Amino acid sequence: MAMKPKVAFFDFASCEGCQLTVLNCEDVFLDLLALVDIVEFREAMSETAPRCDVAFIEGSINREEDAQRLRGIRARSTVLVAMGACACMGNVQARANFVAPAENYKRVYGEAARNLVQTDPDYWPLWAHTRVRSVKEIVPVDFELRGCPIVADEFVHLVKALVSGTTPHFPVQAVCVECKINENECVFDHGETCMGQITHGGCQAVCVTQGYRCDGCRGLLPQANLAAHQALLREKGATEASIQNRYRLFCSAEPPGKGRRI
Amino acid sequence: MTPTTKSYTIDVHHVTRVEGHGSIRINTRDGVVEEVKLCIVEANRFFESFTRGMLPQDIPWVVGRICGICCVGHQLAATRAVEDAQGITISPQTLLLRKMLNESQFLQSHVLHVYFLAVPDFVGAPSVLPLIKTHPEVVKRALRLKKLANDYTAVLGGRTLHPMSNTLKGWRKLPDLDRIEQVRNRLLAAVPDLQATIDVVKTLQIPPYERETEFVSLKHPDEYALYDGEVFSSDTRAGVPIRDYRSVTNEFTVAHSTSQWSRWHRESYAVGALARVNNNFAQLRPEAQEVAAALGLQVPCYNPYMNTVAQVVEIVHCAHNSLAMMETVLNGGLQEEDIRHTPGPGWGVGAVEVPRGILFHEYVFDAEGRCSNANAIIPTSQNINNIEQDMKAFVPQMLPHMSREKLTLHMEMLLRAYDPCISCSVHMLNVEFVD
Repeated sequence: MAMKPKVAFFDFASCEGCQLTVLNCEDVFLDLLALVDIVEFREAMSETAPRCDVAFIEGSINREEDAQRLRGIRARSTVLVAMGACACMGNVQARANFVAPAENYKRVYGEAARNLVQTDPDYWPLWAHTRVRSVKEIVPVDFELRGCPIVADEFVHLVKALVSGTTPHFPVQAVCVECKINENECVFDHGETCMGQITHGGCQAVCVTQGYRCDGCRGLLPQANLAAHQALLREKGATEASIQNRYRLFCSAEPPGKGRRI
Repeated sequence: MTPTTKSYTIDVHHVTRVEGHGSIRINTRDGVVEEVKLCIVEANRFFESFTRGMLPQDIPWVVGRICGICCVGHQLAATRAVEDAQGITISPQTLLLRKMLNESQFLQSHVLHVYFLAVPDFVGAPSVLPLIKTHPEVVKRALRLKKLANDYTAVLGGRTLHPMSNTLKGWRKLPDLDRIEQVRNRLLAAVPDLQATIDVVKTLQIPPYERETEFVSLKHPDEYALYDGEVFSSDTRAGVPIRDYRSVTNEFTVAHSTSQWSRWHRESYAVGALARVNNNFAQLRPEAQEVAAALGLQVPCYNPYMNTVAQVVEIVHCAHNSLAMMETVLNGGLQEEDIRHTPGPGWGVGAVEVPRGILFHEYVFDAEGRCSNANAIIPTSQNINNIEQDMKAFVPQMLPHMSREKLTLHMEMLLRAYDPCISCSVHMLNVEFVD
């Protein structure tokens, strides 16, 4: 890695909240800028860059033109980071994959617009839309910053590691672990269900700590015992449909929710 | 400087320093403007489609993901719509906390927009980054104010982005009073920073272009409307209930373009800070009215570039209004409330003002309490038509005495002045250009 790496941010289909989280690192923002050269950041600056050392990709890949753009970015970047739940696993919008595109268009734009799109080749070239994909389904990804949105501390840790030439370390542990450290009462104990046992930690269980439950926005842990978790949900009275809904809320494009029944 | 017989095409793909992807296309031939188009190239995300089947309490939590900058606003508009559909009324305490949460987002978003997205244009910089060297105090102040606003959101909502504390009927976990007090003290101490912000904006050269238009915002009898009220038009000086919002937005598609457009009493209307200040000036806090006077903002103001000034006026309003609301909470304390709820059928509409303008959400729930229909109309899709009308009016005025580069900059500045949030791609279609 260059002493002062050229860093770029690229956005695809997303709320752009992960880029905003980067801008929200107010305490360390100026220090980080001293470590890197930001060469492209459309949300914050006008310049564009021909190539970069580190590319941060925000958003899911929804259309073939987006996939092509992503391949171009991969070709001109040394390190590529998928930033946030949309880039890592498609996030909530991947729920649209379970519905036919024509139906999605009808629901959002109405039947007349849907019919024009289907029959008139000059009317809104929309059929480039295929389905919501994560970044790693298109190009190799070097690092993932999980969460909806990303955790600012993890972003800072990653940048520091890349700058210093070390390997960033993100512990592979469940949200449950961090939840226990925070001494939260278990969500199951007050009649709710939770995804914390099977979800990648690193968020410090912020949602449970703030009174909610874990909805799994950081993705499924690779070795998680999904069968045991689903059995637990059933034991707590959850129906098969509601279990599927829980699994698909943020992780729709991830196995096992990917178009199959779990 | 330049002859008036120029022919050229301006094509700004992916306008920078806005949320989301948009493009401006301007064609002139022999000094005559042939075509002005504002196009949205964002990928669809189909929120209104995939919310079907979801339970009432999940909807505000998920649709906040429509936009990172306006996540609080989307969450609040959706919460109001779902509560309307489910027949839920809220306590005065919840109402107050929601208003605080909303104003924290106004502070954060307006500070971000004014300092990071707008000011660089006026000082001729491509972004905020070069200002770190040339105007370090300005950047540090921007970061201080933004952090304060973000912390305010986090104290109320649980975290800055996609907060989780607010839900149907009330708060999942009430904010900590000590932390509210800390934010209150920091906000009090930020008054010099606010004054310095006003001083910076005072030095900005606002382009002098005006076009009379219809301004649409919420209006409330008792307060400067940001959370509640009727949908008010500057043309009729009258409002309609938010449940009748479709008679306001009248969404339609046009042959050349690409997003759903809106119009009410004339060909287009404007929402946002300038619309609110124009419609509700008398209800601004006196401190904010003074700032408006100091910055030369007199209502009615028909210069869209003044939207940035209107945002500064609202920053001051929200700061002082928030201080008053924080006093109320600190004096009265907060009580735990029962937020249990059984989903049922119904139809409801919710609207709030978000930094960029009025935002509508609508949901229908079936007999099992599952969402069967959803609709969201964001401020930007209402403004797009008006922005393009502004461009059509201003380009012929600018063309005779501006270079292509300067004209391009002014069009980008105009678009950025509206602070569009194109990433809210509900109700927006993508377009490809054939050059």
